Amino acid sequence: MKNPNAVRRRSTRIERFCLGPYSAWAVLFIVVPLLFVAYYAFTDNSFHFTTANITRFFTATSSVTDETGAAREVHTYLLIFGRSLKLAVISTVLCLLMGYPAAYIIARAPARTQKIMITLIMIPMWMNFLIRTYAWMTILQDTGILNSFLSALHLRRVHIIGTESAVVIGMVYDYFPYMILPIYSVMAKMDLKLLEAARDLGCNGFGVLRRVIWPLSLPGVISGVTMVLIPSISTFYISQKLGNGKFYLIGDAIEGQYVANNLHFAAAIAFILMVILLAAMAFMQRGANKKAMA
Amino acid sequence: MNKIIELKNVTKSFDGQVVLDNINLYIYDNEFLTLLGPSGCGKTTTLRIIAGFETADEGDVIFMGENINAVPPHKRNVNTVFQRYALFPHLNVFENVAFPLREKRVPKAEIESRVTEMLHLVALTGFEKRSVTSLSGGQQQRVAIARALVNNPKVLLLDEPLAALDLKLRKDMQQELKKIQKATGITFIFVTHDQEEALSMSDTVVVMSEGRIQQIGTPVDIYNEPKNAFVADFIGESNILDGVMLDDRKVSFAGHVFDCVDTGFGKRTPVDVVVRPEDVDIVPEAKGMLRGVVTAVTFLGVYYEIIVDIKGFKWMIQTTDFVDVDEHIGLSIEPDAIHIMAKSEYSGMFGDYSSFSMEMDEIGELEEEQLEELGELVDPDEPAEAPAAESETDA
Repeated sequence: MKNPNAVRRRSTRIERFCLGPYSAWAVLFIVVPLLFVAYYAFTDNSFHFTTANITRFFTATSSVTDETGAAREVHTYLLIFGRSLKLAVISTVLCLLMGYPAAYIIARAPARTQKIMITLIMIPMWMNFLIRTYAWMTILQDTGILNSFLSALHLRRVHIIGTESAVVIGMVYDYFPYMILPIYSVMAKMDLKLLEAARDLGCNGFGVLRRVIWPLSLPGVISGVTMVLIPSISTFYISQKLGNGKFYLIGDAIEGQYVANNLHFAAAIAFILMVILLAAMAFMQRGANKKAMA
Repeated sequence: MNKIIELKNVTKSFDGQVVLDNINLYIYDNEFLTLLGPSGCGKTTTLRIIAGFETADEGDVIFMGENINAVPPHKRNVNTVFQRYALFPHLNVFENVAFPLREKRVPKAEIESRVTEMLHLVALTGFEKRSVTSLSGGQQQRVAIARALVNNPKVLLLDEPLAALDLKLRKDMQQELKKIQKATGITFIFVTHDQEEALSMSDTVVVMSEGRIQQIGTPVDIYNEPKNAFVADFIGESNILDGVMLDDRKVSFAGHVFDCVDTGFGKRTPVDVVVRPEDVDIVPEAKGMLRGVVTAVTFLGVYYEIIVDIKGFKWMIQTTDFVDVDEHIGLSIEPDAIHIMAKSEYSGMFGDYSSFSMEMDEIGELEEEQLEELGELVDPDEPAEAPAAESETDA
């Protein structure tokens, strides 16, 4: 924890000089591309200003047939966005539910065990993301490893590939380390005396968790949630491979428009997604700060 | 007086190392009791067993007549002031103090009034909304005390609570703690390695070494009637000599037979003899019971501390008379200044000032502090460090 009263040190000339390359990199590869996204989002094919792309996102409709075969009119992109949000939230919640206790257990383990467990969690991240997703395809397919295993045990086969569950499994698997690592790093730094103090002052185990461990680990939870929610809301590859393309997500929409050379509309979707995510993050951060100040 | 806590045959080891060896201790209601001893003597472990953070391997902890061996910390009617305060960094001053009350679902209005009262008691009125990380070490200390007292515990446990404060602040807090203890009537169990602190604050001092209780008594008893060489040396300065009790009220040491006031040791019994440095009078050489040569003189303001070589044994003497190095002087000792102790395992380990110098002493203390600090560096989870200005500056 930083002391809020610490005097802010002035950066020296040499520090600013060293910062130069990073600033240049950030401007070139972050700021400029973002400006391009915004520029494309608000222009038409001949680069005249228009809000048509933005409006199209909110108003475009198409007809879908549901399970009963009845056709109905829906707002295409709002529906896709809603679906992306739903799957991303489910994945994030699952990651949190599994990651939080895991991070706690790891942080309380002996130092050697901690190192081993963290390494084990990180090892899959050394492999290419696409390869990991392909691996899940071979596991989840109707004739895949999981089903061979089940039938070997004379159990009923399951149909997972091409369902929302498969997409969620893929997301959880891919992004789980991003949840556990920030929570773990906060937990590992936590002062154990504080937990003793809470017990001394009348908290049972759950009370210590609710009133001390949880609020103190909140910064880790927020970065974990952010780092899982954002990539899973904009993913397109996982849904294509594990969802058999049946679950068109917002990432797929952006990719689709891009591939179809509809750069301006693709930029508009990306732009809207970004604004929504930034707003959500700001909201979350404010809530956390408020809680921290209470 | 009522016994509020009894420790019966309490034994505890960590990794095969015995840290508490058959501790028996009664703690009475309304008493200010201090567990005093060097680091590693088991005083903090004793406190943690009473708090419930550790369980004794053997023996019983009795609280108000009830065995509480198996009662978890949150169900014990004792509260702790931790060494580094352990304030909750995510809560402000008010909420830190209100913490135990909220856990007990005390009504809001009552929380408000009890917290306000406690903050008044520790002189922190007006600090309610402050973040605890913005407070000085002394202020954090007060918050920790208020938080531990707000629940009206029967017993307050204090684990070296003043160790991180500078000397001046520590003196003030000693007074204040004593005042708070008197005002609340709560039993205080105070852990410290600082003998001066123990003597000035306590009703009862328990001197510990190597996991065992060496002596229990009032500060005056402990100082005037130490039971063995360890206690005599740890509490204040002592010249401890090999002697032989010739008969009741007759003791021989340093090649001279002295009158003393002790009886009951039998005839020709080897004993340890304690003479406090302030109890030795300097007289002309011819009139002295003992004669020696001054080897060192240190001016300490109120008095001089001199080292005198008497037949190869170095005595420490505190005197207001000036003598010079290499001067030959005589020493005179009154009968009631001589304290006789039975021989113990600590005999011969303490009480000779032949290797003594002030500088050595200070270097020794510094090293101990540095080691403590190193120990804390390994433990990187300090939430709110006391500002550097209030780091330890004793010695």
